[in-house]
Amino acid sequence: MDITSILYPVLSVGGLGLVFGAGLGYAGKVFAVEEDPRIGEVQACLPGANCGGCGFPGCGGLASAIVAGTAPVNGCPVGGAAAAAKIAEVMGVAAGETEKMVAHVSCKGTCTNAKSKYEYVGISDCTMASQLASGGAKGCSYGCLGLGSCVKACAFGALQVVDGVAVVDEEKCVACGKCVKACPKHLIVLKPESKKTVVNCSSKDAGKTVIANCSVGCIGCKICEKNCKFDAIHVENNIATIDYSKCKDCGLCAMKCPKNVIFNPRIEAMKAKKAEEEAAAKAAEAAKAAEEAPKAEEPKAE
Amino acid sequence: MSYVLLVLAAIFVNNYVLSQFLGICPFLGVSKKVETAAGMGAAVIFVMTLASAVTYFIYQLILVNLGIEYLYNIAFILVIAALVQLVEMFLKKSSPSLYQALGVYLPLITTNCAVLGVAVTNMQRGYNFLQSVLNGFGGAVGFALAIILFAGVREKIQYNNMPKAFEGFPTALVAAGLMSIAFLGFQGLITL
Repeated sequence: MDITSILYPVLSVGGLGLVFGAGLGYAGKVFAVEEDPRIGEVQACLPGANCGGCGFPGCGGLASAIVAGTAPVNGCPVGGAAAAAKIAEVMGVAAGETEKMVAHVSCKGTCTNAKSKYEYVGISDCTMASQLASGGAKGCSYGCLGLGSCVKACAFGALQVVDGVAVVDEEKCVACGKCVKACPKHLIVLKPESKKTVVNCSSKDAGKTVIANCSVGCIGCKICEKNCKFDAIHVENNIATIDYSKCKDCGLCAMKCPKNVIFNPRIEAMKAKKAEEEAAAKAAEAAKAAEEAPKAEEPKAE
Repeated sequence: MSYVLLVLAAIFVNNYVLSQFLGICPFLGVSKKVETAAGMGAAVIFVMTLASAVTYFIYQLILVNLGIEYLYNIAFILVIAALVQLVEMFLKKSSPSLYQALGVYLPLITTNCAVLGVAVTNMQRGYNFLQSVLNGFGGAVGFALAIILFAGVREKIQYNNMPKAFEGFPTALVAAGLMSIAFLGFQGLITL
């Protein structure tokens, strides 16, 4: 075999690469653009997930915007207060307070709680399913379809479909807002992590329709609104919404809600304890009755 | 006269986007605004004309002389990639706003099949140097024309009421198809 048949291609293509490389290296120096060194420093403080949660194209976009002064130093929802403090140091300004937010899926219409109209066997994508004339398989036209479009959108693995409804893992959630955009039913909202009281329904249907489709749907009865001492919960369009700037997390609404739509972990624990006590009392009563029953029967037998 | 016809044929009859379906990615990706479309068109005109000239010499002087014509794909890609890098540096320095507007699509010219398509067409049709450059220039002008016209169409479409399922990209694809049919009318106008 002729060695030149290997040598020529290698040398010519390699040589071309070398010439172009040298040319580009020279051009890089000629056309060098002076960048603000702070852009690189700011970018180093950012998480680098390029999730776009800040509204800029990637972390680089936010970094240039921060340096240009068009974005606040706490513009990154993912990095939160820690990143904001570091960036503020670079920029030489005070970091504003950032409240950590988390995503929340406002629907608890699980397979057992909500009725479905039919069995959906199409492509596993909520947007696809929601564009069908029926708006998806769920009886409630506002409910979570459970096909996991939000799960796919989440870059941090914070979402999971459990029993037909998406659930957020608040530990992993960074509030980038990707799932909020991905959900065709607009079920996912960002709420402050410190506030634990949530409304687990998004149905704008009238009470009768809600009851027909779901056992845990908001019927718009306004009991929560009447009971709230802080004017923080309001029923509009047949759905209760919490104003987190006023909510004090007292859980009164969760306690009074007849459909258990409003959730507060403290009230939930109380309810569970009460139910347990009731069950225990019932069991004790039943045991007592069972104890008494043979005694009552015995004299009869005699 | 034949050179004028060559350019006109490259622009209208053999339009790289609308009749040969090359370079569809930037055609659909950067055609939301007339302004950025014009910038993209200008960048492509520059890269394509230069690529035609450089690839002609590379092919004739190196590949043909050494008898390794089969390497043309690799050699051409190398030339185009280096050229795009050069254009990118140049734009970053001279026109940061255009650089920003083109964004990720500028590096994408590297893999723009229309640019490689022109180089390969020149080689396969055995064009001489002037013909190659003119064909490259004409093809690029055709690309620019198509993308600017298309951006104009898309800007107008935005204000129309669309069925939900047709909003955005689907309409763009339909519009692209209709434009392609319109350009079919040039077919047979010039026979080279």
